[in-house]
Amino acid sequence: MPRAGAALPRPGWRVPRPVWALPPVAVLGLILLHPLGLVVQQSLSPERGGGAFGGYAEVLGSAAFRDALGTTVWLAAGATVGCLVLGFFLALVIAFVPFPGAKAVAKFVDVFLSFPSFLVTLALLFVYGTVGMANGLWTGVTGAAEGPFHFLATPWGVLLAEITYFTPFVMRPLLAAFSQMETAQLEAASSLGAGPGRIVRQVILPEARPALAAGGSLVLVMCLNEFGIVLFTGAKGVTTLPTLIYGKAILEADYPAACVVAVVNIAISVGLFGLYRVVSKRAGA
Amino acid sequence: MLVPSRAGRWVLWTVFALLFLPLFALPLLVVVAASFAGHWSGAFPSDPTTAHYAAAVHGESLQALVTSLVTAVVASLLALALGTWTAIAAAGLGKRAKRSLDALLMLPVAVPSVVVGLAVLVAFSRPPLLLNGTSSIVILAHTLLVTAFAHQSVAAALARLDPAYEQAAASLGARPSYVLWRVKLPLLLPSLTAAAGLCFALSMGELSATMMLYPPDWVPLPVRIFTATDRGSLFSGSALAVVLMAATLLVLLAVSRLRTRGSYR
Repeated sequence: MPRAGAALPRPGWRVPRPVWALPPVAVLGLILLHPLGLVVQQSLSPERGGGAFGGYAEVLGSAAFRDALGTTVWLAAGATVGCLVLGFFLALVIAFVPFPGAKAVAKFVDVFLSFPSFLVTLALLFVYGTVGMANGLWTGVTGAAEGPFHFLATPWGVLLAEITYFTPFVMRPLLAAFSQMETAQLEAASSLGAGPGRIVRQVILPEARPALAAGGSLVLVMCLNEFGIVLFTGAKGVTTLPTLIYGKAILEADYPAACVVAVVNIAISVGLFGLYRVVSKRAGA
Repeated sequence: MLVPSRAGRWVLWTVFALLFLPLFALPLLVVVAASFAGHWSGAFPSDPTTAHYAAAVHGESLQALVTSLVTAVVASLLALALGTWTAIAAAGLGKRAKRSLDALLMLPVAVPSVVVGLAVLVAFSRPPLLLNGTSSIVILAHTLLVTAFAHQSVAAALARLDPAYEQAAASLGARPSYVLWRVKLPLLLPSLTAAAGLCFALSMGELSATMMLYPPDWVPLPVRIFTATDRGSLFSGSALAVVLMAATLLVLLAVSRLRTRGSYR
């Protein structure tokens, strides 16, 4: 005697739901995981002797690598701090001391995000370049032979460009957080006699902390991975990990060395990105 | 509100303008000004000319623009298909499987684009998949880099979707494929177009991975801008940059109009 459940006609054989995830995972495995695996494999290839980690010993011990690592880290950290300070101030004014046109400025920030980063460096060449606006104004006013601005080809030029380009990435989550804040809180604090400085410190800042953490860690990762800005300064003296990878692979055709640097860069960026996901999850909760 | 005194507000607004204008507005204005300049060795550009634009829409530069547009459209469509599929498939998975799938998709965002370029170059420069030197390798890399964003925005839209619609359709006897095509995807259409616009803009401006693997006969616009400025042709580089920004903005505008029309239906 058949059981009651089995007597019901099945509406045809149906693919179990998890199976639908397999085709895209297979595609990603082929075009993403397999290539990344090959990079790790190449980084371990003992082409030049010295065992599996010979390439690592050679590259990690080189001055060029340590230089690039140091530059990458301090540029990313500096740009992140700069973006946080600047983005917090700008978002604060847009949200809480609004002026006519503040909405348009917020829109402009959104548009800014859809442009590629190297445009900023290109623009800075005209503003602070050797024959740019700033130096032109200086020589025009003082009559000197050349202007005082020569920082574009140094790490400071990269820092300025990164702060300019990435500040909107901090402003966007901040503006979203501010728009959800109760204005009654501010009014209560203000009517109780708190000054603007105290309101910012004790009311706004605690509310903004999750958005600041999420935006800041995103900017940190993006600065570590930034390539276009550094490439466009054309500064031979500024090498970051991504430009080092490009130089090793394309200019020197030294793929094993490029793969070693790539593995180090992946480790740093993926670790920090994981941190960002944790932080932004907490911010969203 | 926050600053009760009028004078205090004006001080803040002045500081805001002093920071905002030179940092964010000036760069865009300067690039536009330079694209019309015949000469710039002083405070302001001189010898206004449109010759750079004439050059920007001819010959190799025009080809670069077409290359970028084709790459961005194809990569966005592929990313949209892949990202939508993974987002819908992820919704039917358990919590842990879903999280691993999300992590897999976000990997190209966390990994530096240059490394994605290097990895694709290493993997597809050898048989059986010899794509090095073809346009497909550029499109493949762009697709990889933007799929995460398509997946993310479709997944977010799916989470907001009211399950009542598909439950109603299913209770009326609609097969799952019918529910997907006639109920879910139409409801997702606004976020699909938004995702398409985002993918397009990202792909149009992609430089890092592209620099690693573009073949000589498939030079996208950002690479062309770089080679122009690297040679010292800053003005024609600026004109190309303005063309790039304009093309990106036009497509974003068209997509957002499409979206508002779609949301009224």
